[in-house]
Amino acid sequence: MIPAAFDYQRPASVDEAIRLLTDSGDEAKILAGGHSLLPLMKLRLAAPSLLIDIGRLRDLSYITDAGDHIAIGALTRHHEVETSSVLRAQVPLLAHATSQVGDPQVRHRGTIGGSLAHGDPASDLPAVCLALGATFTAAGPGGSRQIPADDFFQGFLETALEPNEVLVEISVPKVPDAGWSFQKFNRRAQDWAIVGVAAVHNGSTGVALVNMASTPVRASSVESAIAGGASAGEAAAHASDGLDPPADLNASTEYRRHLAEVLVRRALQEAGVA
Amino acid sequence: MSILGNRVQRREDLRFLTSGGVYGDDLSIEGALWVTFVRSTMAHARIVEIDVDEARRRPGVVGVFTGADIDLPAMPAVAEAMSRPVLAKGTVRFVGEAVAVVLTEERYQGEDAAESVFVEYEPLATVVDAVSALTGDVYLFPELGTNVALPMNEPQADDFFDGCEVVVRQRLINQRVAPCPLEVRSGAAAWEGGRIVQHASNQAPHGAKAAIAGLYGLDAADVRVIAPDVGGGFGAKIALYAEDMVLPWLAKAVERPVRWTESRSESMLGLGHGRAQVQDVAIGGSRDGKVLAYRLEVVQDAGAYPSLGAFLPALTRMMTSGTYDIPKVEFSAASVVTNTTPVVAYRGAGRPEATAAVERAMDLFAAELGMDPAAVRKLNVVANDKFPFTTPTGTVYDIGDYGGAIDLVLEASGYDGLRAEQAKRREAGDTRQIGIGVSSYVEITNGAGPPGEFAKVEILAGGKARVYTGTSPHGQGHETAWTMLASEQLGIPMEEIEFVANDTDLVAEGGGTMGSRSLQSGGLAVHEASITLVGKATQLAAELLEANPDDVVLDKVGGRFHVAGTPSAGRSWSELAEAAAGKDQELVVSHSSSPPGPTFPFGAHVAVVEVDTETGQVILVRLVAVDDAGTIVNPLLAEGQRHGGLAQGVAQALMEEVRYDTDGNPVTSNLADYAMISATELPSFELVSMATPTPVNVLGAKGIGESGTIGSTPAVQSAVVDAVAHLGIRHIDMPATPERVWRAIATASDSKKEHS
Repeated sequence: MIPAAFDYQRPASVDEAIRLLTDSGDEAKILAGGHSLLPLMKLRLAAPSLLIDIGRLRDLSYITDAGDHIAIGALTRHHEVETSSVLRAQVPLLAHATSQVGDPQVRHRGTIGGSLAHGDPASDLPAVCLALGATFTAAGPGGSRQIPADDFFQGFLETALEPNEVLVEISVPKVPDAGWSFQKFNRRAQDWAIVGVAAVHNGSTGVALVNMASTPVRASSVESAIAGGASAGEAAAHASDGLDPPADLNASTEYRRHLAEVLVRRALQEAGVA
Repeated sequence: MSILGNRVQRREDLRFLTSGGVYGDDLSIEGALWVTFVRSTMAHARIVEIDVDEARRRPGVVGVFTGADIDLPAMPAVAEAMSRPVLAKGTVRFVGEAVAVVLTEERYQGEDAAESVFVEYEPLATVVDAVSALTGDVYLFPELGTNVALPMNEPQADDFFDGCEVVVRQRLINQRVAPCPLEVRSGAAAWEGGRIVQHASNQAPHGAKAAIAGLYGLDAADVRVIAPDVGGGFGAKIALYAEDMVLPWLAKAVERPVRWTESRSESMLGLGHGRAQVQDVAIGGSRDGKVLAYRLEVVQDAGAYPSLGAFLPALTRMMTSGTYDIPKVEFSAASVVTNTTPVVAYRGAGRPEATAAVERAMDLFAAELGMDPAAVRKLNVVANDKFPFTTPTGTVYDIGDYGGAIDLVLEASGYDGLRAEQAKRREAGDTRQIGIGVSSYVEITNGAGPPGEFAKVEILAGGKARVYTGTSPHGQGHETAWTMLASEQLGIPMEEIEFVANDTDLVAEGGGTMGSRSLQSGGLAVHEASITLVGKATQLAAELLEANPDDVVLDKVGGRFHVAGTPSAGRSWSELAEAAAGKDQELVVSHSSSPPGPTFPFGAHVAVVEVDTETGQVILVRLVAVDDAGTIVNPLLAEGQRHGGLAQGVAQALMEEVRYDTDGNPVTSNLADYAMISATELPSFELVSMATPTPVNVLGAKGIGESGTIGSTPAVQSAVVDAVAHLGIRHIDMPATPERVWRAIATASDSKKEHS
């Protein structure tokens, strides 16, 4: 339970963090709230030679109404997202789903950017961002670029971020009047979802799944079934189309497929799909 | 007015809830080296070679030792040929077994150095489950030609079920669980001349002292064991572990104190596990609900090295027939070794397993007859006029009102209303079905080992008192309860009574804290010693007052001795202490209690669950518990014990299971994978009072530590089955995980389709 030796730097700005990343190649890791990375390091499943602690870059912590979307700084803690009156009014799915992350201690330390950049298929927020059609801003040596959530999650714990890029902002469209649902199925409140479903229904329908593949994943077949006029129950039958869900202690592949169907149906119904 | 029976707040809590607790890892031990164990990554293998050269060169390393270096005898075991060396020699038998040890100046250096100890293994075939260990041909100790550590075969009658109109059989899995005390194991050893001073996170320091003295060939006087504040044990810290036992050897080898605190990941592999029985039940009786014959066959998984776990079936056997008056009962068992973490005592230790079996059997019997499970229980419990009652397995129950407990819990839970609600939901085909589980239980407390316990009570200068106890509190609240008992007799306020425990140099003898024994043995000793001390003080007061001792009384409100009727001319405890000192006397009593036998707390629980029939998810909605532990000294403490016990009992029914893959690799060795229950998964418990004082001791007190665990597990398991019983389901093994419940529902509906 003691990490392997590592160096530690605490840059004063994002630019300095990018410079440190560029200088140290892929041996470095960004440390934000530490609630994904540090447990892995304690188990020695991760052993970065350098930790770049951006946790005190307070200018990356904000929730701002930016017209048709809400801009959220990457270092905004889950607790702030969960309790934000702006998000509760404009993107209630995100505020609610964030209230289901881990436990209060985790939510007071963990950050939205850290959770997304970790790219864990079992985490709640990646699926929520997929369903909402969020956009991520990454800053690198050559400036910043926008990455749609759909292009962000590339493999198991792998994202579209380059080794010398830092996730700085998450932009989510305002959907104050949309129907929505977040179904998190787990055994203990603090656990990762065995299967989770995020759905938003606003003319078009966005549905994404937690822990049903090696990456957070959009339930495209469900979305197109609804677009084609299917009912919630009919669409839910396509919940795991094209997916090869994992098997673990909590669920076999077969059970995950079953859960996905039940939970997608419930999510769609709660979101207002007939 | 008596202080006993009041909700006196725990006086130890300020310390525990602030930074005042001193646990093993908090100890300041000057010059101590840190001990880090290299643990086997193989479940069963021959050790070909251990290369420690690189580890020796790592920063801060003072010593690296393997089993070959250690010249200590093996740890005592149930079967000598199955005894465990303190570090593995030649063969490893479970993942987590210590094979080498690294001593470093700093703790983190130990973890780095341990990684660089290279162990070459030659894998051997493994046996992971107990039934395979009994019947298969993979042996942990091949020279023995068997994995059976302790057989308990008893003859079975061929005509056992003759005369029964109905016989139901079922295999039950009482799964392996991890005790998970919040404080992991921790310890230290330092030689002071020829004397060893050992700290251990332990429930029985005097037993630990004897074990160290035995292994090292020391006089008992040359061993001091101190249990600092201990953050929970649940039975798993009764005995010292190999990791504790090797510490004095290491301290001698490097001529410095050594200390050790395991990580949680290590604790999940090294601290003993609990339960781990495979049970075959068969129950027979008449169609009108009378049980006539009950048979329980147990295969106990003792883990790789048989210790306390191998004895669990003996405790199960004692409680085989539970609260029921069954004419014929048969029990047989075998404890076997497997390539898994050794099994030890865990909250209830053998008795929850007995209750789980007989309660499940009762439900199966009731279901077969189509009778209400509560009604079948009422029909079969031991009648109140039969106590003391001797069971067919020879256990003598002191006193009980088992039917009364069932009536009480049915009333408190609104049982009839619950059944009506259930019928409504079934009728409506609701996705959320409710299930109601009823359990009736009795257990044995203070039943293992000598029933007595040591206490010393002394009066200090100034009139304060000090209580010494041989029990070993680690969360129970003995400091509060024992000072209440002393205060009650001495008339000295609790705040002026000091409390001493958990140090073998300060307390002459002790049995420790386990098996819900402490109040009826150790508390009783304090009570009796205090009475004797008052007698002694009365003599002294009579001398000073120039009165007949028979005329002198103690005014317990003011703490003064005086002649009855003339309170003005009295002597306070302070004056007596001073007078005693002047006469070279001591106002002190050392005493060992000797209760004639164990006691048998009992009760009945009702659990209500909601089962989502689409997903298999179970939500515990209510848990109503009637627990009768006789006279209660402090309801606050008793309720705390019940709450903790209930939580752990529910956890076994719904959440927790230690699992291995087929090669013996543990797959639940952290608290993310091992589903230790938390408050969010539990409802507010509904506790119902019932008190039938035991005639066994003058306090009227029975044990309360394990009742919650024993009653709740079968109630909750039965509730889950009951929720889906209308689908044709009779049994679901523990833990009732969502997938397991979903599969039971899916299988039942498949077979219904086939039959329709």
